[in-house]
Amino acid sequence: MERPNTIEAERLVREFKKGPRAVDGIDLRVEPGEIYGFLGPNGAGKSTTVLMLTTLLPPTAGTARVAGYDVVREGPDVRATIGAALQEAALDGLLTGREHLRLQATLQGLPRAERPARADELLERVGLMEAADRKVRGYSGGMKRRLDLALALVHRPRVLFLDEPTTGLDPQSRAALWTEVGRLAREEGVTVFLTTQYLEEADVLADRVGIIDHGRIVAEGTPAELKAQVGRPTVEAMPADERIADVLARFGEPVPSAKGVAVRLAGDADLTAIVRALDAKGLLVDNLQLHQPTLDDVFLAKTGRSLEGAGDEEEAASRGLAMQPAA
Amino acid sequence: MRLASVARGVAWRSLHNVFTNPSLLIPQLAFPLFFFTAFAGGLSGVSRVPGFDFAEGYTAFQFVFVLCQSAAFGGVFTGFGIARDFETGFVRRLLLAAPNRTGIVLGYAVAALTRWLVTATFLTAIAFAVGMKVGGSGVDLPALYLLAALVNVAAGLWACGVAMRLRTMQAFPVMQFPVFLALFFAPVYVPLHLLQGWIHGVAYVNPLTRVLEAGRSFIAGAPSEAGVAFGVAAALAVLFAFWALRGLRSAEAAG
Amino acid sequence: MSDAADQIFVLARRSVVRTSRQPAQWIAPLVFPMLLLAVNSGGLKAVTHLPGFPTDSYVAFALAVPFIQGALFATMNAGTELARDIQTGFLNRLALTPLRGAALLAGHLGGVVALGLVQACFYLAVGLAVGVRPASGVGGVAVLLVFAALIALAFGSLGTWAALRTGSAESVQSLFPVFFVFLFLSSMAIPRNLIQQAWFRDVANANPVSYLLECVRSLIITGWNGEALGLGFGVVAAVGVGALALSARALPQRLAR
Repeated sequence: MERPNTIEAERLVREFKKGPRAVDGIDLRVEPGEIYGFLGPNGAGKSTTVLMLTTLLPPTAGTARVAGYDVVREGPDVRATIGAALQEAALDGLLTGREHLRLQATLQGLPRAERPARADELLERVGLMEAADRKVRGYSGGMKRRLDLALALVHRPRVLFLDEPTTGLDPQSRAALWTEVGRLAREEGVTVFLTTQYLEEADVLADRVGIIDHGRIVAEGTPAELKAQVGRPTVEAMPADERIADVLARFGEPVPSAKGVAVRLAGDADLTAIVRALDAKGLLVDNLQLHQPTLDDVFLAKTGRSLEGAGDEEEAASRGLAMQPAA
Repeated sequence: MRLASVARGVAWRSLHNVFTNPSLLIPQLAFPLFFFTAFAGGLSGVSRVPGFDFAEGYTAFQFVFVLCQSAAFGGVFTGFGIARDFETGFVRRLLLAAPNRTGIVLGYAVAALTRWLVTATFLTAIAFAVGMKVGGSGVDLPALYLLAALVNVAAGLWACGVAMRLRTMQAFPVMQFPVFLALFFAPVYVPLHLLQGWIHGVAYVNPLTRVLEAGRSFIAGAPSEAGVAFGVAAALAVLFAFWALRGLRSAEAAG
Repeated sequence: MSDAADQIFVLARRSVVRTSRQPAQWIAPLVFPMLLLAVNSGGLKAVTHLPGFPTDSYVAFALAVPFIQGALFATMNAGTELARDIQTGFLNRLALTPLRGAALLAGHLGGVVALGLVQACFYLAVGLAVGVRPASGVGGVAVLLVFAALIALAFGSLGTWAALRTGSAESVQSLFPVFFVFLFLSSMAIPRNLIQQAWFRDVANANPVSYLLECVRSLIITGWNGEALGLGFGVVAAVGVGALALSARALPQRLAR
């Protein structure tokens, strides 16, 4: 009987010599046919997790099973079941797209007679038919990513790992890739484990999202569930003025704001009531905004930092370049 | 003065790079030493070939070739540095900052000459330490070094011109190959008169043959064809100075 | 064809295709050794007049050198190509397929050997064209080609090991001067018994490259010489077995799957 296309991890850890714990005891369960978005800043541990789940990096502790196979003890079975497009496109610039697909098909053990047809089918599907016989070094970033996806699909995997598949792509290529990934999950029942640092990508594409920071999963659920955890919308007013803050505080609980003052709305309070209250006090504001909760708010609520730029800060800190506090 | 200050700045930066970076400095000293060892040591039996009449012995004979080779390749290595500077965008910074851009070429040439002087001093010290015999006087030996210095400047300007035109590290073979050919199609192992057949014909018209033969006559203390050798070396330096400056204009035009 | 043979074949073909699409990779190993042969055989022709020199044709004497230079290029090409695959993540792509480590090594080295044979045929053709006639005849030429293939395999394995250990193309290329030193401090330009400097002769005696050169040289200029053949094949076998064993040990660590 075929095993289910699940991904499971228990207390998975990866420590590097002379380095931090890149992955610090994560637990995961991804159901068959689900698109799981693994969201986090640069250096959070996303790619290390993917490398462990795809058998390319042995875990230091904990266990993981992909499609029912243990990633340490049953590596060949895991590899036969999965497809992966890792962070670097890992293509050979001197080979053509078609040559890549035929090479991959042979290495994956597809019957000889089937290889050309499978290559053509995938080239067609990712829209690379016209460029099929051109060397890959002449491909654009989007074309390389699409070829990478096609290569991951050659042997019809049941579980697909995509490590930041749209980083650096233009919006058009990004949307095309989202469509194809969505189709794979809905129509072919492929389980997709997708890492990303883009909030929108996780929001649009993922059935469930796990937010990872410093090697730990800090939140998990559907995008709607996660946003609901953060709660009601916030209102932000500029400039940062104590009297404006006092008025806003009547409508909800104050929350941090980088540029002005903000509150998370309570009860049935709305923007109109706030405008009236400010007007009644004769206070002028430069800008007044209503924010619906986003995954970034979720990240902010769980880690105290904004996802945008969080990775950059960590990278700078790890290089000893952390900004000094202002005098 | 602007020319001098630009040249000084460019030269200082190139030299600072070389002398603070062992991966650049060590090959510059090790390769000539290695060739000197391989040629003067391994081929010393060649001095017993009938007709080989260089009185100072095979070590001195090969020393002149290796000195000129180190001069030529020292110049080419500077060209490598320029190509690298183009790839990292550093040349663009120089083009923006330098009020007199000719000073950039001059600075690279000065750097090439200075780094070769270090190599030449090292090589000379080793050669004397292993007992090289020298017949030349206080005038002959400086003449040998001056001749080699002209070769260094000419090769450096050649490589500079290539780097300015192609502006990529992929241009290394283009800089190196013609210099390699010019050096090895000269009388490397035996004097010109012992070469036979096609190689004699090629070596005879090769301008570096004049330089090598004159250099060997200096070290033997019996200068011959010195005027021709200096004329050839100086002409090459002037020719490649124009080549490098035209290259600079091409780099400027490319932006 | 079995799956493993199929995999080895496609990887070897990829290696050959990659090289054929990078002219600098195949032109340099063909042109440079021939250029050095031309320079040395012209410049050192007078050396054949030395008493005891084994032939009156310096080209015939020096024709052995390109075969060994070819080995250097095999080392560099094999190592650099694999290191690039590691750096670009292509090796990870291969690691995610059911490909076996042994098949990966065999395919990679198969391409190196194929190119080594092409080089050897070219050197031999140039030698024949300029009048060199191998003293060991047609059988000797066949042995020479087998030896060239083994050299490519042995030194290609050495480059492969360096790539697997360092994972960096630059590090592999920095080995080039080391091999170059071995080549120049051997009986490359003059027979060992005619080297005058005692210390240089001792170095050449201890240098395994001398025996590789003399194996090829014996087939070209002296005919069948059991001792030279035994030493040459012995050295290449020792290098090959050692390097293959080291590569086989390093591969699982690099694949880490």
